[in-house]
Amino acid sequence: MQKKLILDANLLDITISRLCQQLIENHGTFAYSVILGLQPRGIYLAEIIQQRLFELCRKKVPMGYLDISFYRDDFRRREIGKVSELRIPFSLENKRVILIDDVLFTGRTVRAALDAMLAFGRPAKVELLVLIDRRYNRDLPIAPDYVGKTVNTVASQKVLVELKAQGSSQNKIWLINNP
Amino acid sequence: MPQLSQPHLLGIKNLTARDIELIFETADNFKNIINQPIKKVPALRDVTVANVFFENSTRTRISFELAEKRLSADIVNFSASSSSVKKGETLLDTVNNILAMKVDMVVMRHASPGAPHFLSRHIKASVINAGDGTHEHPTQALLDAYSIREKLGAIEGKKVVLIGDILHSRVALSNIFALKKLGAEVKVCGPPTLLPRHIRNLGIDVELNLRKALEWCDVANILRIQLERQQLRYFPSLREYALYYGINLSLLNSLNKKITIMHPGPINRGVELSSDAADSAHSIILDQVENGVAIRMAVLYLLAGKQA
Repeated sequence: MQKKLILDANLLDITISRLCQQLIENHGTFAYSVILGLQPRGIYLAEIIQQRLFELCRKKVPMGYLDISFYRDDFRRREIGKVSELRIPFSLENKRVILIDDVLFTGRTVRAALDAMLAFGRPAKVELLVLIDRRYNRDLPIAPDYVGKTVNTVASQKVLVELKAQGSSQNKIWLINNP
Repeated sequence: MPQLSQPHLLGIKNLTARDIELIFETADNFKNIINQPIKKVPALRDVTVANVFFENSTRTRISFELAEKRLSADIVNFSASSSSVKKGETLLDTVNNILAMKVDMVVMRHASPGAPHFLSRHIKASVINAGDGTHEHPTQALLDAYSIREKLGAIEGKKVVLIGDILHSRVALSNIFALKKLGAEVKVCGPPTLLPRHIRNLGIDVELNLRKALEWCDVANILRIQLERQQLRYFPSLREYALYYGINLSLLNSLNKKITIMHPGPINRGVELSSDAADSAHSIILDQVENGVAIRMAVLYLLAGKQA
């Protein structure tokens, strides 16, 4: 198994700062904005971004967790995963939603997330923020609005996100070659 | 990844404590979903479920039907009273005919104990037991245990007493299995004629005095007097039963602690449970009904995932 470092702790920190600056540029005071972290791994990034935005503009943007297990289009076609908590303590009606996940791959998770979101109202606008965009792997016409880093990968490779918030010893992102 | 150990839900007896925990964790998520503005998820979009009821039912049947609809499954309903069973068709023939129309899961209620077990050995679809005679009623026991967990925070170490017609109650047997597996202490209470002879072999105690049983317990699950299953007279009169084993609000208020009251329904008001007690703050009867849908959604979802 070969591992290649894509982002180290320092670069990751700079990347997250840049993503937050871009969000501030587009959302201003975040008056109607909410953050939705995708379960299971997007929520850690969502929490980091919420915290960083608070440090930058003293505004706590409301955050929810979205679990898409029941909205997948491949249920019964593969083994079922663990169902995580779905917690959205506010209505999405007329809100500007920032959907956050760590890695964008085929786009199927995002499709299911868009489907799941509709149960909570009709948002005014939905944007997608991802830390890693795996280019050339999309199955669906889905594109992110904010990207931490774009990497060229093939389907057999994997992106490993290690965050301290997830219990790892360091903040690092790796590209793994499976033989 | 977590999965049920069984391809069918025939009874609590075959489940492990881990299975029950998995069903509860999944039901937590479904409980969130059924409290959303849009209560429907597309998870079982490509699954067809047959609800085959050879015995009358309102609550269980509506609960299953709602659970299936909220998971977006396709449903066919079948009740024995309006079908070819009346013309002498066998159980296996009836169900095989339904399955020939490409049905993935069968929810069955039958008056004969073991009918779903028999069926599960002969067909490919997943079978969910919705009550088989006086044997088991697994989804009821799951939702009862889930409601206790929700009300008291845990099940382990809690004291639960089942009161009333234990002899004819499938709810009692399934409850005993479920609660024992989850680490609760269980007693049964009722007139000796309505207690099965070897009930102690299940590892539970018997208490004949209602007041002592209530003083001991944290939760009292009160069972219905099943007059339709009683071919003999097990007690002199309903009035006498109500006098010795009926629960009312003044009895509950005279206890030295506050206990939780449950009933699987339908209630014989004024017999095993009086109206003032059934509608009091002690009662979580309507929570049980709400949780029933979430529990059945979890069971359907996990069994459907198992077929993958």
